[in-house]
Amino acid sequence: MGFDGLMPIDCDIHPAVPGMQALLPYIDDHWRETIISRGIDGLDLNLYPPGAEISCRPDWRPESGKPGTSFEQLRTQALDGFGARIAICNCLYGGPAMYSEDLGAAICRATNLWMAREWLDRDPRLRASIVVPVQSPELAVEEIERCAPDRRFVQVLMFAAGEQPLGRRPHWPIYEAAQRHGLPIGIHAGSSHRHPNSGIGWTQYLLQDHAAFAQTFQAQLLSLLAEGVFSRFPTLKFVLMESGFTWLPPFMWRAVKMWRGLRREIPWVDRSPADIIRERVRITIQPADAPPDPAQMRRTLEMIGADEMFLFSSDYPHWRFEGEAALPGGFSPELVRKILVDNPLATYPRLKEVLS
Amino acid sequence: MARHVVATTGEIAPGSSKLVTVRGRSVALFNRDGEYFAISNTCPHAGGSLCHGALVSLVQSSRPGQYELSRRGEMLQCPWHGWEFDIRTGQSWCDPESFRARAYQVTVEPGETLAKGPYVAETFPVAVEGEYVVVEF
Repeated sequence: MGFDGLMPIDCDIHPAVPGMQALLPYIDDHWRETIISRGIDGLDLNLYPPGAEISCRPDWRPESGKPGTSFEQLRTQALDGFGARIAICNCLYGGPAMYSEDLGAAICRATNLWMAREWLDRDPRLRASIVVPVQSPELAVEEIERCAPDRRFVQVLMFAAGEQPLGRRPHWPIYEAAQRHGLPIGIHAGSSHRHPNSGIGWTQYLLQDHAAFAQTFQAQLLSLLAEGVFSRFPTLKFVLMESGFTWLPPFMWRAVKMWRGLRREIPWVDRSPADIIRERVRITIQPADAPPDPAQMRRTLEMIGADEMFLFSSDYPHWRFEGEAALPGGFSPELVRKILVDNPLATYPRLKEVLS
Repeated sequence: MARHVVATTGEIAPGSSKLVTVRGRSVALFNRDGEYFAISNTCPHAGGSLCHGALVSLVQSSRPGQYELSRRGEMLQCPWHGWEFDIRTGQSWCDPESFRARAYQVTVEPGETLAKGPYVAETFPVAVEGEYVVVEF
């Protein structure tokens, strides 16, 4: 299929680690022995239990094994299925969520090595995000430095909820390294569960976990803004993945309102937060929390006021839409073109290197 | 434009303010270390009484965690929602294009000058030996 003849750049697909066994060849002797002797396995995120409906569309679910573990299926269903020119792999495995900094770093490193060897090497359309041990910014920077020379790594991936808010200064070396290498920071739904997943405490149901993530993203955007990350790293872009985007207008109104009255405590935020967000934040379109009427979507997009913010994503293999309906209703043809091609190319400088 | 005698200098201590009415309009007068300012009392945002606001410095920053203060006492902060206005121009700091509190020209004149006129001081007794705050309105 195609989108009016356009080959989309899919900014969020999910090859999955089948299990620790797959990563062991990429892990050093000590941690391999430790992982085997302790039976460490199954580090999938709580948000996406492999058997849950939301974790895989029924027609994409493999006959056996975890969703997203088969290269052939991903090639047929995601790459060929959407006619993708290019697709960015975001592997959601637990390396960044481990409490141990060193074990976390070992698993992240193995995940990146495995990604390059088992996926990127097998199809020239695939790109990937660098998974980093955010528990230790120092080790995270080491991993960025190790991966960055491979130009197929186009982004640094962070889960939306970790040890502490993303704007806090211990994270800044990660941002410095990402900016230096021209890598956007991708913030994906996911948590190391150090803190309750909602502002009012722990939730009980998967529905709450998913729905409340929009609030987590809002809190992280405010953290990045107020702590001065946007000011300190002027060319770094942040890509928000998998928590909707129609919440942006009221969120931005509120941020601007509060900034007008309280900006004296954060004077490094020297212009409207809405303008900063429009300029520096990008956001994938699936899952879309779309209003029932396409006309309402058009109004929402108008209120957001920045067509360049949106990036196409299928969110393969997660179950977000049926058939080929990856684009919510209400997007104009011009916007569709931007979302499918222009915006991803503008967001990820490394994608241009091979396409031009 | 007429010049209105609105207060004696002694009525507004340094660092304080006074609310006056000029031709039916509320005007907030401020004394910043002997320099006087007059600004429309109604905050253009939501109507707070600017007379009760604080004169603060302009706070800027060249990097997170660093605070650079300048123009000490030249920003007026509304007591309701904290919006800041340039006391000299009335411009909103955050949204200068859309919001401005009207600022008026203020001078301090000796009573003997005032006696010659032309000033609008019908409701305000002027003594030759005093000093007065005069607002152009």
